[in-house]
Amino acid sequence: MKITITIDWKTAKTERRTPIIKVAEELGIKIPTLCYNEQLEPYGVCRLCTVEVVKGKRTRFVTACNYPVEEGLTIYTHSEKVMQIRRLIIESLLALCPDVKILQSLAKELGVKELRFEKGKEDCIKCGLCVRMCEEIVGLSAISFADRGVDRKVITPFDLPSDICIGCGACSFVCPTKSIKMELKAGDRFRSLPGNERFCRYAIMGIIPNALCANSFRCWKCEVDQRFIEQLNTHPIFLSKKRKTKEVKDYITFLHKIRR
Amino acid sequence: MDKDIEQILTRYKGKKQSIIMILQDIQDKYNYLPQDVLKSLAKRLDIPLSKIHSIATYYKSFSLKPRGKHLIQVCLGTACHVRGGQRILEEIERELNIRAGETTNDLIFTLETVNCVGACALGPVVVINGNYHGQMRTTKVSKQTC
Repeated sequence: MKITITIDWKTAKTERRTPIIKVAEELGIKIPTLCYNEQLEPYGVCRLCTVEVVKGKRTRFVTACNYPVEEGLTIYTHSEKVMQIRRLIIESLLALCPDVKILQSLAKELGVKELRFEKGKEDCIKCGLCVRMCEEIVGLSAISFADRGVDRKVITPFDLPSDICIGCGACSFVCPTKSIKMELKAGDRFRSLPGNERFCRYAIMGIIPNALCANSFRCWKCEVDQRFIEQLNTHPIFLSKKRKTKEVKDYITFLHKIRR
Repeated sequence: MDKDIEQILTRYKGKKQSIIMILQDIQDKYNYLPQDVLKSLAKRLDIPLSKIHSIATYYKSFSLKPRGKHLIQVCLGTACHVRGGQRILEEIERELNIRAGETTNDLIFTLETVNCVGACALGPVVVINGNYHGQMRTTKVSKQTC
């Protein structure tokens, strides 16, 4: 059943319960976000996609990434009130992580000139993209949040090198602030394996079956890797989700083997 | 050790959703949450270790570090604070030679601060092993710790 809603004076017909952000995207309206990824469950945590929703006589401010549309909504994505909220959000985020490029450019775009808050030294905005990525797409949950409140952080269990991480780099790929970086060390566990078990990371992800690594896990030098990045324009791990088949199961049994 | 876990797990029929109760029971048994116990628990319940770690660090009543036999909690809520809770804490810190959040080397005392125990009329309050001691004074501290 289709319903009709109005976004920024444009009407749109859409399915019930679609998130606002998807409808806006179809209309060509850009809503800034930091914690949204189409392929992951919405989290609604960066608050940057806040929009004004008018339902009858009431006005509410909701996050566009996880608010399901219903009949007769009127939505304003760039009203003055919304912009005020976004400016405050980006100001707080930038105060937390003053050196992050994407926040700096967003602040410039929204017209935030000076920071009224004390500057921090972090580079993680706790958007949870990496955590959701590892849980939903990779299916391993090698990293997750620990502690709470101001101490909340993303770490591996006990902050020790993970023994289930496959080094796919998906967390680093989705990180909007580039807070998670790939290290050469990540491949050490694979380098210590016997030759016939040294599968390419794309084989581990279940994309190319049974390929062995020829570059001793220096993926940035690898031709296969370069080709994937050029062709896909996204992280190859997203492919493995689509083919949730035998190969993925294979790679999980393979992981259990490494874990041993 | 695995026997202990099995015993606790059968009590909860090995259900994933009972994870918090299971962790509480483990904490009761060992006085803290040992790493290898959590690891085998993760395997046994088929929950990622990182998730269990998340839960264990989220709740303040769980501890990943060994804790002492006796738990001393000093209330620093608003009422206790204005009545000198801070001074009581400092006195206990001096007495036991540890800081708040730490455990004595002989694993007898663990000192913690809490933000309100709901007994503001008795402030400043110190809770030792679940027993409430109201109207604490610095002179009363050493009597309690002996």
